[in-house]
Amino acid sequence: MPAKQAADAAAAKKPVRKDPGGKLDPELSLRLYEQMLLIRRLEEKAGQMYGMGLIGGFCHLYIGQEAVVIGMQSVITPDDAVVTSYRDHGHMIACGMDPKGILAELCGRRGGYSKGKGGSMHMFSREKNFYGGHGIVGAQVPFGTGIAFAHRYRENGNVCLTYMGDGAVNQGQVYESFNMAALWKLPVVYVIENNKYGMGTSIERASARVDFYHRGQSWGIPGAQVDGMDVMAVREAGEKAVSYTRAGKGPYILEMITYRYRGHSMSDPAKYRTREEVQKVRSERDPIDRLAHLIVEQGVASEDQLKDMDRKVKATISEAAEYAQNSPEPDPSELYTDVYVDA
Amino acid sequence: MPVEILMPALSPTMTEGKLARWLKKEGEKVASGDVLAEIETDKATMELESVNDGVLGKILVPAGGDAVAVNKPIALILEEGEDASAATSPKAQTNGAAKEAAKPAEAPKVEAPAATPAPAPAAPKAAVPQTEPELGETKTMTVREALRDAMAEEMRRDPDVFLMGEEVAQYHGAYKISQGLLEEFGEKRVVDTPITEMGFTGLGVGASVMGLKPIVEFMTFNFAMQAIDQIINSAAKTLYMSGGQIHCPIVFRGPNGAAARVAAQHSQEYSSWYAHIPGLKVVAPYSASDAKGLLKSAIRDPNPVIFLENEILYGHSFPVPTDPDYLVPIGKAKVVRPGSHVTITAFSRMVEYALAAAETLKGEGIEAEVIDLRSLRPFDIETVVASVKKTNRIVSAEEGWQFAGIGSEISALVMEQAFDYLDAPVARVTGVDVPMPYAANLEKLALPHADHIVAAAKSVLYRS
Ligand SMILES: Cc1ncc(C[n+]2csc(CCOP(=O)(O)OP(=O)(O)O)c2C)c(N)n1
Ligand SMILES: [Mg+2]
Repeated sequence: MPAKQAADAAAAKKPVRKDPGGKLDPELSLRLYEQMLLIRRLEEKAGQMYGMGLIGGFCHLYIGQEAVVIGMQSVITPDDAVVTSYRDHGHMIACGMDPKGILAELCGRRGGYSKGKGGSMHMFSREKNFYGGHGIVGAQVPFGTGIAFAHRYRENGNVCLTYMGDGAVNQGQVYESFNMAALWKLPVVYVIENNKYGMGTSIERASARVDFYHRGQSWGIPGAQVDGMDVMAVREAGEKAVSYTRAGKGPYILEMITYRYRGHSMSDPAKYRTREEVQKVRSERDPIDRLAHLIVEQGVASEDQLKDMDRKVKATISEAAEYAQNSPEPDPSELYTDVYVDA
Repeated sequence: MPVEILMPALSPTMTEGKLARWLKKEGEKVASGDVLAEIETDKATMELESVNDGVLGKILVPAGGDAVAVNKPIALILEEGEDASAATSPKAQTNGAAKEAAKPAEAPKVEAPAATPAPAPAAPKAAVPQTEPELGETKTMTVREALRDAMAEEMRRDPDVFLMGEEVAQYHGAYKISQGLLEEFGEKRVVDTPITEMGFTGLGVGASVMGLKPIVEFMTFNFAMQAIDQIINSAAKTLYMSGGQIHCPIVFRGPNGAAARVAAQHSQEYSSWYAHIPGLKVVAPYSASDAKGLLKSAIRDPNPVIFLENEILYGHSFPVPTDPDYLVPIGKAKVVRPGSHVTITAFSRMVEYALAAAETLKGEGIEAEVIDLRSLRPFDIETVVASVKKTNRIVSAEEGWQFAGIGSEISALVMEQAFDYLDAPVARVTGVDVPMPYAANLEKLALPHADHIVAAAKSVLYRS
């Protein structure tokens, strides 16, 4: 996957189509499509494995939101950092992490990214510059701001994408972070994934104003609202935000309008919204279907070719699931390791 | 190839469920995303979605099927044109997501009774008992129901009592503790907050100094760490800093400690953190009757009370007094099993393990006295010392970490007050000194169990 990421980085340097409905770049559009599909199939598999009792505890699926991370990742380089909440499986795929290590971690096995000790909500990869995987709502925001602080300190030109939910934006530490980031012109893009609900609470019942892109206004932080179900629109907005912050102008806020199809976690009966509401988004705004439609319409690939791609992706995921189930549980001695670094 | 639909696990704690009803009939066509059935879990009714296209070939567990184990086949999905009898060795595949079971119920708006006006300047006299009441007539209920009833009864009794927290109103609590409260008391008194722990905790403290009596629910105590400054610097210290003028009648409650497989950031035990703080009262009940009686006492108490619950215990049933004035005094432990050879202290979920350990020990001729501490501050050292004077040996059991834990304090107190009665050093059974791992095998190793208590009891008796 590093090759893929490097290609993304190269793609990032190409000018972005201004009109999402315009001409697709064949190679890029197929790659984005495949990556979104990889997340979707991984998450479906995770849902099944949870049902079989192979995964325990909390498991938050990303189905429906794929365009956000795939679009954003396509405009950064492998040296840039990413940090997010517990709804993190998609972000890890986007960062180029291996589905095997992700599913093994979900199963609590030694082949997982955290040796089975972190689980669904807590995975990291120093190699891929993915810094978690955080279970406490909002806590990743100052954390990501600190990563950006280190980038600025080292003058390495890297940025940090700091993701949060629409529920998380009401945590006080988010605003403490905004102030510091603006004060010190830190290279951070705050990506608010507005999927309309924080658990069972709709944005209307949690926030006095429900558009979030202007929440940095008091500090002069620019913001934009983006159709987070359109990967090309995400890329376009992401490109602008990333180049702004990389140029040393300070933080940028992107509000991605998106939707999660599944319950908040596996144990959420989701009675706070109707089935029709979910169905409507699935049928009208699905980010994967929308891109597939464009790809076929413009003759970039045929439906059969896309189906082939899906089969390949499914095979990759099945293989990863197989790997996860066959990976042994961590050795009991691992209970005591990783509490301290040897000094 | 027919696909077996298996009973899915739909929550971290679910091991079996009820097949409430089938929404598709045998022979009916199904598309991926269609709802096949409704399943009742230990927490909610969930919809079971198909991830396959095909025909519902055969229903293996009919509607009404109760206690269906997770992973048991419940139906077969056939490809179109396929015959159910061909289903010799179906390929197991799990079912898809479970989704909302019904349209959201419109929360009826209930007019709350008018709030009483200005707050009393001095600490009100609370009708809190000092001695253990009789149980009287009882009814069996879960800890979950007992907590709900305690809040409902106190809200009926005192219009200044209100409940606030994430998902407490329309969702009835993330762990379904506040069922029916929004419907009875309305949104003025059952308040859904944004995810802003520091903010709503401080707001609760502010409301309490004006004479309101907030019950602040933390979805779990792990999230109270976001708010701990307001709990300690505002709630616990204001009375002292104001020379006794301003007090905070507030309850902070929610599940504490490890649930199941929710890993390091969601599985911490906070008893000793809060028990350390002068100005707070801290309780951690085990049984439903204590949960109810102590929560009512906590709500009536004019001081800030930390009320530590346990997610695993929510579904456990116990006899609970029907008397709405049944209150359990804060600061009193209870001997839940008498014995003469060794004292075992425990609280919250560890009481279950202590009782199990006592049963095992009995088989070996050892009579253990089990004390449910219930309150951690004020701490009932008298009951513990009286027991040690009888048994001359003591084991302290707690789920939290050992260093500076509740057992450390018990050791010190017993050493100070009953040194001459001890025939062995105090033994402490605690969680292992590491963050909680996610992996099933490691999590088991990280937590104390009945076997550890048995071993500790034998060690203080110098038996092997
Ligand atoms: C500090 C804190 N409070 C509460 C929770 C429980 N909780 C977990 S996720 C969540 C909802 C968050 O919603 P949002 O930020 O919109 O993210 P989404 O789940 O929609 O991705 C809540 C309340 C938590 N993990 N941390
Ligand atoms: Mg959300």
